[in-house]
Amino acid sequence: MSEVVRLNDVAKVYSMGEERVEAMKGVSFVVTRGEFVAIMGASGSGKSTCMNIIGCLDVPTRGSYLLDGVNVGELSPNELAEVRNKKLGFVFQGFNLLARTTARENVELPLVYAQVPAAARRERAMEALGRVGLAGREGHYSNQLSGGQQQRVAIARALVNRPSLILADEPTGNLDSRTTVEIMTIFQQLNRQGITIIMVTHEPEVAEFTGRHIIFRDGLIVSDTTHAAKSAAPSGEVQIS
Amino acid sequence: MSTFLQSLLIAVRALRVNKMRALLTMLGIIIGIAAVIAMVAIGAGASKMISDQISSIGSNLLLVLPGSTTSGGMRSGSGSTQTLTYDDAKAIKAECPSVEAVAPQVRGAGQVVYGNQNWSTVLYGVTPEVIDVRDWTIVSGRNISQSDVDGATKNCLIGQTVADNLFGAADPVGKVIRIKKIPFTVVGLLGKKGQSPQGQDQDDVVYVPLRTAQRKLLGSQFPNVVGSIMVQARDAEVLDKAEEEVQALLNQRHRIGPSREVDYTIRNLSELLAVREQSSKVMSMLLGAVASISLVVGGIGIMNIMLVSVTERTREIGIRIAIGAKRRDILLQFLTEAVLLTTCGGIIGMLLGVAGARLVATLVGWPTLVSANTIIIAFAFSAGVGVFFGFYPARKAASLNPIEALRYE
Repeated sequence: MSEVVRLNDVAKVYSMGEERVEAMKGVSFVVTRGEFVAIMGASGSGKSTCMNIIGCLDVPTRGSYLLDGVNVGELSPNELAEVRNKKLGFVFQGFNLLARTTARENVELPLVYAQVPAAARRERAMEALGRVGLAGREGHYSNQLSGGQQQRVAIARALVNRPSLILADEPTGNLDSRTTVEIMTIFQQLNRQGITIIMVTHEPEVAEFTGRHIIFRDGLIVSDTTHAAKSAAPSGEVQIS
Repeated sequence: MSTFLQSLLIAVRALRVNKMRALLTMLGIIIGIAAVIAMVAIGAGASKMISDQISSIGSNLLLVLPGSTTSGGMRSGSGSTQTLTYDDAKAIKAECPSVEAVAPQVRGAGQVVYGNQNWSTVLYGVTPEVIDVRDWTIVSGRNISQSDVDGATKNCLIGQTVADNLFGAADPVGKVIRIKKIPFTVVGLLGKKGQSPQGQDQDDVVYVPLRTAQRKLLGSQFPNVVGSIMVQARDAEVLDKAEEEVQALLNQRHRIGPSREVDYTIRNLSELLAVREQSSKVMSMLLGAVASISLVVGGIGIMNIMLVSVTERTREIGIRIAIGAKRRDILLQFLTEAVLLTTCGGIIGMLLGVAGARLVATLVGWPTLVSANTIIIAFAFSAGVGVFFGFYPARKAASLNPIEALRYE
């Protein structure tokens, strides 16, 4: 199994005026291809900082982070933008779709920055929307979609560039329990197709759908355990409404 | 190129979302550009009017006038003596190499009569060269000839105003008019010239042969004297040289020396008018400068709204950075938006400015002149305002921290 993510003794210190906040105090772990990992912890435990570093939105103060074997700390801002574009897919708690923009255009956005021609962009966006069960909804504007549908558009957007890794930050935080199961079903399905997923959550019942739990406390990992993932769709084959 | 096209599409969409705001933001630029174009058009029109007047006098001209007299220690103004002669004029033509043509003239006023019509006008005794020197055209008939001058014939040329008053629409050529009760045959009709820079009607004129005027019309105690001599230089470059040559020649002919004061003056007509033209150009530049202040104010409005827009769309910028937009992409996006605003405003302002200039031209009767140059410069300027005032907000957008931007509510 090849390594997707390797963190070696990563620390992150924020200085806010006089105060120094140590958000991560030396964290090391490895995620291999095809894993579905939940990062858990109370707020302020350092899990969001860890996510930002894995997502190349932030750089470590100490230690090194290798994504697909490349030391991200040595890359220029433009190269980092390219890594985010090509190797990572983001799913946020607040969906973060562009307003007054159709589902398809939202999904196409990463391809726009990858300079993919319009025709190919359209085709790949439609395919990604199909994978999250939104075929036929491509012309809907963000505000015409339900929360669950918006999050599925966001997942399609994360998928469309065929990334090595999908990062989901509290993806079900704004959703009711039924929709939560729906979204987790999609994640499990994508994971079964071989996509590596790292998800931040503070809800144990959501974490149950993943195969590995990394628990943070005060900037350090306190436990890292593998589990048998609970299937979100009881019948095995996933039904997407 | 496709990146640019993409930014343009995003910008168009962003502006469509807030149409009213976009329009109000543009208003500053619209007013600025319209004001610049209208003001420059009016200024350029005024300059052109003056330069047309200059060329209506004739080009590259020197005017030689008799000097002043001193009588009992009191000096009179120039032209108060009669020191210039027809022979001086002939000598200038013959001996000054930089001189193209010479037109001596005497001037007087008189009543002209045809049938039951009469008209009081200005009479000039001239030589045939006056037509070339003063850029006259002859629309009907012929010029007076040198033999008319030498033989002191009773032929004359009349201007449009005189023709209108004596003959109405009829052709005056061949008719006999009475000038100071002496019958003259009209041999030619002069083309229309309009007002002189001093506001006189240049068409209210009768030209008779110089000798005829000297001997029969404007009787003087010195029959060979002329009132003034117009000297035309070969071209604008030798105008100063021609002036020196004429001066040297006249000094010699009039025996000007330590014991004898200069008894003539030379005026450079084109120079006088060039000063007026210059002042009108300065005026139009001043108008343009005042108008461009409103353009700067409009630019500040653009910057203001772009800053608001960047703050409003902080989250959007965060999303774009997270999914792989480079700093340059964000910068370009907002810069494109600002430039789109200003160039749209520039185009609308241009149309309004041209329309405004036309309106002034027809309502107030001021001449206006919209040149292609003005329009190109105004357009480039509006785009430049967009880049200049859009850069700071765009850079602010591009330097946002994506983590904070994504959390921004």
